[in-house]
Amino acid sequence: MLRLIGPLCALALALAATVQTAAAQDADAPIQRLLQEHGAAIEKSARRSIGPAIDALAESGLADARAALEAWRSKEMWRAADGGLFVRAEEVDRDTLRLFDLAGGAALGEAPDDGFVQIKPNSGIRGMIAAALVRFQLTDPEAAVRATALDAIERDPEAAHLTALRTALAVESDPALAMRAGRLERLLTVRFAADPAERIAAIEGFAGDLGVDLRAALTPLTATAQEAAAALPAGADVARRLTPGDRDLSAADAYGLLVARGLAPAPVPAEARRTALIDHIADGAVGGVRLAALSDQGARDLAYAALAAEGRVPPAPTEAEIAARLAAHVFWERFTGAPPEVARAALAVLDGIEAKLAVNRAADLALDAVSLASIYFLAAIGLAITFGVMGVINMAHGEFIMMGAYTGFVVQQAVPDYTLSLVLAIPAAFAVTFLAGVALERLVIRWLYRRPLETLLATFGVSIALQQLAKNIFGTQARPLTAPGWLDGALVVNDVVAISYIRIAIFVLAAVFLALFLAVMTRTRLGLEVRAVTQNPRMAASMGIDPDRINMLTFGLGSGIAGIAGVAIGLYAKVTSEMGADYIVQSFMTVVVGGVGSIWGTLLGASLVGGLQKVIEVLNPSNTLAAQTYMILFVILFIQVRPRGLIALKGRAAEA
Amino acid sequence: MTDAAAPAPRRRPLALRHPSAVVFLALLALFTVGVTLLAEGMGTGAISTSFVKTLGKTLCLCLVALAMDLVWGYCGILSLGHMAFFGIGGYAIGMWLMYARTEIIVVQSLAAQPLPPTPDEIADGIAGQIFGVVGASEFPPIWAFAHSLPLQLAAVVLVPGLLALVFGWLAFRSRVTGVYLSILTQAMTLALALYLFQNDSGLRGNNGLSGLQNLPGLDHVPQATVSLWFFWASAAALALGYLLCLRVVSGKFGSVIRAIRDDEARVRFLGYPVETYKLVVFTLTAVIAGIAGALYYPQAGIVNPAEIAPIASIYLAVWVAIGGRGRLYGAVIGAAAVSLLSTWFTGGQAPDLHLFGVTLRWVDWWTVLLGLSFVAVTLLAPKGLGGLVDLIAARRPPERHGADLGPDQGALREREADR
Repeated sequence: MLRLIGPLCALALALAATVQTAAAQDADAPIQRLLQEHGAAIEKSARRSIGPAIDALAESGLADARAALEAWRSKEMWRAADGGLFVRAEEVDRDTLRLFDLAGGAALGEAPDDGFVQIKPNSGIRGMIAAALVRFQLTDPEAAVRATALDAIERDPEAAHLTALRTALAVESDPALAMRAGRLERLLTVRFAADPAERIAAIEGFAGDLGVDLRAALTPLTATAQEAAAALPAGADVARRLTPGDRDLSAADAYGLLVARGLAPAPVPAEARRTALIDHIADGAVGGVRLAALSDQGARDLAYAALAAEGRVPPAPTEAEIAARLAAHVFWERFTGAPPEVARAALAVLDGIEAKLAVNRAADLALDAVSLASIYFLAAIGLAITFGVMGVINMAHGEFIMMGAYTGFVVQQAVPDYTLSLVLAIPAAFAVTFLAGVALERLVIRWLYRRPLETLLATFGVSIALQQLAKNIFGTQARPLTAPGWLDGALVVNDVVAISYIRIAIFVLAAVFLALFLAVMTRTRLGLEVRAVTQNPRMAASMGIDPDRINMLTFGLGSGIAGIAGVAIGLYAKVTSEMGADYIVQSFMTVVVGGVGSIWGTLLGASLVGGLQKVIEVLNPSNTLAAQTYMILFVILFIQVRPRGLIALKGRAAEA
Repeated sequence: MTDAAAPAPRRRPLALRHPSAVVFLALLALFTVGVTLLAEGMGTGAISTSFVKTLGKTLCLCLVALAMDLVWGYCGILSLGHMAFFGIGGYAIGMWLMYARTEIIVVQSLAAQPLPPTPDEIADGIAGQIFGVVGASEFPPIWAFAHSLPLQLAAVVLVPGLLALVFGWLAFRSRVTGVYLSILTQAMTLALALYLFQNDSGLRGNNGLSGLQNLPGLDHVPQATVSLWFFWASAAALALGYLLCLRVVSGKFGSVIRAIRDDEARVRFLGYPVETYKLVVFTLTAVIAGIAGALYYPQAGIVNPAEIAPIASIYLAVWVAIGGRGRLYGAVIGAAAVSLLSTWFTGGQAPDLHLFGVTLRWVDWWTVLLGLSFVAVTLLAPKGLGGLVDLIAARRPPERHGADLGPDQGALREREADR
């Protein structure tokens, strides 16, 4: 009932009721007067009508305004049912309130809550109050509070913040905060300053900046709306002339624009014309055309024109009329986001940014390509070793990758600490797949050295069996291989260039393996023997090298590296029984493009395949499937030019 | 395969030279008649319609296995792309089946309206029905001939043939052989499957083409009868395919391709255009695979990109290897035995195996067994199941007039030269 009484009435009642409220509350304090002035609105707390009240409080310049707003936001503001004075109150228990004066904050003692109504702002209004409070927080002595205020402005900037920000900037002592506030002030100037010259200066000051916040601030300024007229009006600000049928203005849209401007009669959609024809069927004919003939669009147009001539349906403009109208009018875009000169300055700066962005995107793409190439390199290196040294293609290689990933998963189940389990998983995966590789070589491949195609087939069989075995043991759902916490996140260079730590780790792993492999091949006895067997197994055998043993060890080594690749791949992709099959074809592409048996060839092949795949993805970003299709087509054509790969090897592999 | 100008006086009829073919064709005829008499479509009902379809599909798989045997067992090209040609054949016929059936439905629904439909309205209606699932409503250019059965039937032959011709020409002329070629064909298959998986490929993405078992305009014919028609067609295609392959491998052409398999360089030095021979075999087998696919998918009812994935072609190689390479009936035995066993084991009808207190479900373990038996066959019995025929028949060694014609295992033999 009190809500219906106007603020003046409330004031009068308040004056009368002061005696009854226990303590001496100053009903005449400026803050209380202001609150009473908006009393009804505040008590009603409707989002639509509360704006002026919040603004009045925030802009009053009163010392108590901040405290009042904070009390309001935290639902600690109450209004005396009797008298209508606002107080701040804390609930002591269910029925009792401890009262404080909003002016000055003096305690007023305790009172039962029967006589007070709590003001309950909803979350929308609390947000508005918070936005209004920002200006007070900007000059708060606590640096953390000031930072929160800057966060709030960044999230939801308003014109009103600009002055507050400028005031606060003058007295800001913390250099980091001053920098943030300075940037924010310039962004707000770009968006909200009244003087166009000031805005243009601020915009031009940002030239070459790559920040996402800047692009978010500039882009709305360059918004345009399409216009049409019989002739270009004098003094019209034209952002761009448009021709109907362009990419940005289809003929249908252009005609729609003319209709909206009242420059052309509305077209009758095909559906409406059809309905009109049906409505006017009489004696098996419409508009003098027999029904049976209406299975042709030309006949339907004739019938409709006949009906229109009789005035029974609205006339529909014909194609020719539409084309004539379009030709008789000019179309252009005008700036709607800002005054034209500001919008042009923003466009110029955005163009500059775009050029710089392109460079940075290319850098980002290169990083992506390098990390993808590292993965392919890790996946393919084992395959390249076995093919190069033994002339044997191991189709179960992908399943060794899967086996390594599942080993990592099992280790992680046993050792809950992610860092330790990763450290353990790598040698464990190597050991498991090394043994599996040696077993495969001893049991199957050894018997088929003279029949390479049948090695391919036998290892197919192994691959099918291993894949189903993994499905039977671990189930069909994807298993996670969680990276340790210090590998979360990304190395951020700027708003465009960023690379996740996992990808860096994989790159490092690939580099370590390259170095390790080169060291083993060139510095150790084993490496020497492997190279000897690769070049000429019979000669190597006559020199006292046991080619059988070397083949076994090489195959084990290649398989072991596949296991480690499995752990690395499992870290950023899910572990499934089919993951090997996903990588096997890419690995073969890498080996085939690079040339068999050469570690540098594999590296080149991985870089080429990974880089190419990324480039195709960028050209056709909607579709990674298409990217893979084109990549494979490229490799098929590449084989035409260099059938033996980028780096062709001499020796036994070359004869295979 | 003989020149008309040079008569071959000692040449006996094909049937006498290849008693295995006579036996095979007789068995096939017996089988076809038997299934027909027992089928549901003839009223007896001892064999259900779905099993007739399974048998018909198996005959198509035997046909594609024949093609695989010709290209791999006889010519030594381990192609991992023939199931892609098989799938393309299915897509080609599926496009017409789907278009024609949808057209009948759309025309019927539009006929109820007061205005007779325009051709555009009919086309839009069909496109909306077919491509609604991938969010498109217009016909992609690839469907330009879908309205015409003869043109789509031509596509069944021409598309796999041309694809094989272009791919084979590119691959063979750059002397890609052996495992390289296998991997390249696998890459081609993968590229095709990935392309078809896209929604904007124009062939309904991973939904594939469906409802192919319903023949347009023949809704009143029960599936039991339709399944028999396709069964007969598949049997006839297999018989014709067998005779064609037999003819290809039994003459001089057959000798040359076997020689290419055994030592390509030597054949090239002898002056034969090795690439042309390989290209002819590769293309011919691709066409056979396409025809087999066109007969298979109307019986399966649905064709989707997963059917084209490289693993399907690998299984094809598995069938031929288990059946026995280098002999035509081996491929048929392998495809029939392995695919029927696979259906039985993965269909869940096979009883569980109880071993040492552990229950093994065949649905899970059949693939493991298949993979391992494949390894075993490759290692221990390169002749495959077909080798059993040698044991049973206990055939006497070929008459060589005291001297071997070829020095190596697998080289030209008297009975192969057949002059």
